[in-house]
Amino acid sequence: MKIMVAIKRVVDYAVKIRVKTDKSGVETSNVKMSMNPFCEIALEEALRIKESGRASEVVAVSIGPAQCVDTLRTGLAMGADRGIHIDYTGALYPLSIAKILKALVRLEKPQLLLLGKQAIDDDCNQTGQMVAGLLEWPQGTFASKVVLEENTVTVDREVDGGLETLCLDLPAVITTDLRLNQPRYATLPNIMKAKSKPIKKLTPADLEVEIRSDLEVVEVTEPPKRKAGVMLSSVDELIDKLKNEARVL
Amino acid sequence: MESFLVRTLRKRSSRTLFSRTSRGFRTSIRFIDSGIDCSFRGKFKVTKNEDLAVRSFFPSLFGVLRGFINGVSAPRSRVQGYGSQIQCRNVAFVAATPSRSGNFSFVNSDDITFFEKILGEKGVVEDKEKLEESNTDWMRKYRGSSKLMLQPRSTQQVSQILEYCNSRCLAVVPQGGNTGLVGGSVPVFDEIIINLSSMNSILSFDQVSGILVCEAGCILENLISFLDDEGFIMPLDLGAKGSCQIGGNVSTNAGGLRLIRYGSLHGSVLGLEVVLANGKVLDMLGMLRKDNTGYDLKHLFIGSEGSLGIVTKVSILTPPKLKSVNVAFLACEDYTSCLKLLLEARRELGEIISAFEFLDINSMDLVLKHLDGLRDPLPSSKHNFYVLIETTGSIESHDREKLDAFLVKLIETGLVTDGVLAQDINQASSFWQIREGVPEALMRAGAVYKYDLSLPPDKMYDLVEEMRTHLGTEANVVAYGHLGDGNLHLNISAHRYSESILSKIEPFVYEWTSKHRGSISAEHGLGLMKANKIHYSKSSETVQLMASIKKLLDPNGILNPYKVLPQSAQPQS
Repeated sequence: MKIMVAIKRVVDYAVKIRVKTDKSGVETSNVKMSMNPFCEIALEEALRIKESGRASEVVAVSIGPAQCVDTLRTGLAMGADRGIHIDYTGALYPLSIAKILKALVRLEKPQLLLLGKQAIDDDCNQTGQMVAGLLEWPQGTFASKVVLEENTVTVDREVDGGLETLCLDLPAVITTDLRLNQPRYATLPNIMKAKSKPIKKLTPADLEVEIRSDLEVVEVTEPPKRKAGVMLSSVDELIDKLKNEARVL
Repeated sequence: MESFLVRTLRKRSSRTLFSRTSRGFRTSIRFIDSGIDCSFRGKFKVTKNEDLAVRSFFPSLFGVLRGFINGVSAPRSRVQGYGSQIQCRNVAFVAATPSRSGNFSFVNSDDITFFEKILGEKGVVEDKEKLEESNTDWMRKYRGSSKLMLQPRSTQQVSQILEYCNSRCLAVVPQGGNTGLVGGSVPVFDEIIINLSSMNSILSFDQVSGILVCEAGCILENLISFLDDEGFIMPLDLGAKGSCQIGGNVSTNAGGLRLIRYGSLHGSVLGLEVVLANGKVLDMLGMLRKDNTGYDLKHLFIGSEGSLGIVTKVSILTPPKLKSVNVAFLACEDYTSCLKLLLEARRELGEIISAFEFLDINSMDLVLKHLDGLRDPLPSSKHNFYVLIETTGSIESHDREKLDAFLVKLIETGLVTDGVLAQDINQASSFWQIREGVPEALMRAGAVYKYDLSLPPDKMYDLVEEMRTHLGTEANVVAYGHLGDGNLHLNISAHRYSESILSKIEPFVYEWTSKHRGSISAEHGLGLMKANKIHYSKSSETVQLMASIKKLLDPNGILNPYKVLPQSAQPQS
């Protein structure tokens, strides 16, 4: 069985982000980029399935500019067998990604498509669901446990009310949540091996997908700065402030 | 005439004291939280053969008897009305402290009034609970009995305090973050604690030169965050960064994790403002990279551990923050491989190395056992030595290329048996948490004897192995440190403090170090713990000159007495 994992290159989770002065987006030029943490979890799950013998190949896919190859190399260093890089330098929104992934799935024919539940840069949480819709595949999102059976996969989903267990027919789309697993480190021997693993390069045109931007980012602003607390000196002052400034009395 | 108490202690206590000077040392025993209330005094001669740790009991102002006892169970409860056993965990072994010097006055109500006038009520702390905290060091090994803590908010106030204390002959202890590991930041007796935490403003920062000027009470981590926004970093970094203050760092010439790249504070500190014992303010707060006008006095204060003056402002050169940081966590079979790895790293990675740390298998086990949320980066098998290498550079691709070539070579030559490379900042910081977590893990494991030694790198681990043979199964010998700087942190971890363990360690470890011309204190300083051990690493002529300088700058010996220099070199003795 083949598993395909979609990974995204985003601003590193630990970086203090800054908004560009022209408010068109977040500063990404001089900033450390890494693999989206949820995508890491998805890849880890795919590798564990492969190690248990249920899958024969794990293919990592990334869509974006040339630097995505670095993220793919990380994926290969973790243990993926090969990578596919879809080269595109413009703005990419979930629907476009979903269309590209659909075309790739038709090409590669995996039995399982794993994605992170959302990317930490846009928090969209849409791609997995859209791809499942386009492919007409069943989906198990926010997975915190994945158990593969003969022709089905049982997924525990983390929902507001608690945990929901679904059984999906394969092929299926699963998006991963935080508690699914703890991703492995890239060991030196694997990093060395990754250098020789193939990364195929394609463009959206090769997949006959037209990237159309249905959305336009109007403005990106920082959240309002937290105001410093004020030390009051008497109860009267407190009542005055609650009445006149906070207007809660 | 011996009291029942003393006779009991005599029988139970087990530490033997040796006098080093002709005068002989007199120790005081202090119980922690004793609740024992008795005022009496007695003097007993200590001879080499005597099994007793007790010496003169000094009557403190409130007549409370206290003591540090090594591994001694509580005296009989019917005598003291104090039932619980002294937790050996909380008891330090007896430091060879001299008795309280008769030269120093006791704090009286007039003094308090004076201080309140200068500092306001907020700046004068007599509250017992707050004092408890400030009287005890981080390791819970040393406990003073100060009744007064002052918190000045400006250099002017520090100056007024010191001028007054000097005139009244009141001993003081300058205190910052209280994270020192040799008992240098807490009082020995009732010295007034001058805590600089309130002096925490950043005064100026120049983007072009990278020169930061700030007050001594600024916490290191806060300075690092401030500089982060500006695109710079502090030239030093240590595990205690969340609590330690820059004044203390400077006064102890802290080394830290990045010394291999940015050098010591003697190089990065451009200027200091120091208040001398007599209250005079010495403004050496230069902001110049080069200034060869006269004797460079600031170097005297850097590393003097608060015994020559109180640092109130620091001007420090900060390096720019470079964005390409890589951290590798490698495993080696034996110590010789670690040394070869250091050489290779220096050669292949050259200018981009920013840290080179090592830990042995015992340290790793301790960390994984006692700290939560950390996992073994190399779980596949047990390795004898772990090395953490960090590189910092300006171009990601350039550094990666260097690193890749280096790592390939390591694997091919078999110098490392396994390793991982951090793929994002989170992974990098988790590797650092392992290395920085060893001291805390040691604290949680029980009693710890800490030694910080500079040794020739090729000999470093020989000492660890000899210590292991010496101690056998009695204690766990744990080694880690800044391999890149030749600095070994040798820690002996045991369930409880005990005389037999201590006698096997000291003076063996100091003599061994001395024999190999190493330093008995690489970066922690002498404080109280090693105040009388300086001769293991410095000649007597050198120490004599140090004593003269101390006498010149602090004739009454009020600044951090009983510490750093041996008793014979202290002005008040």
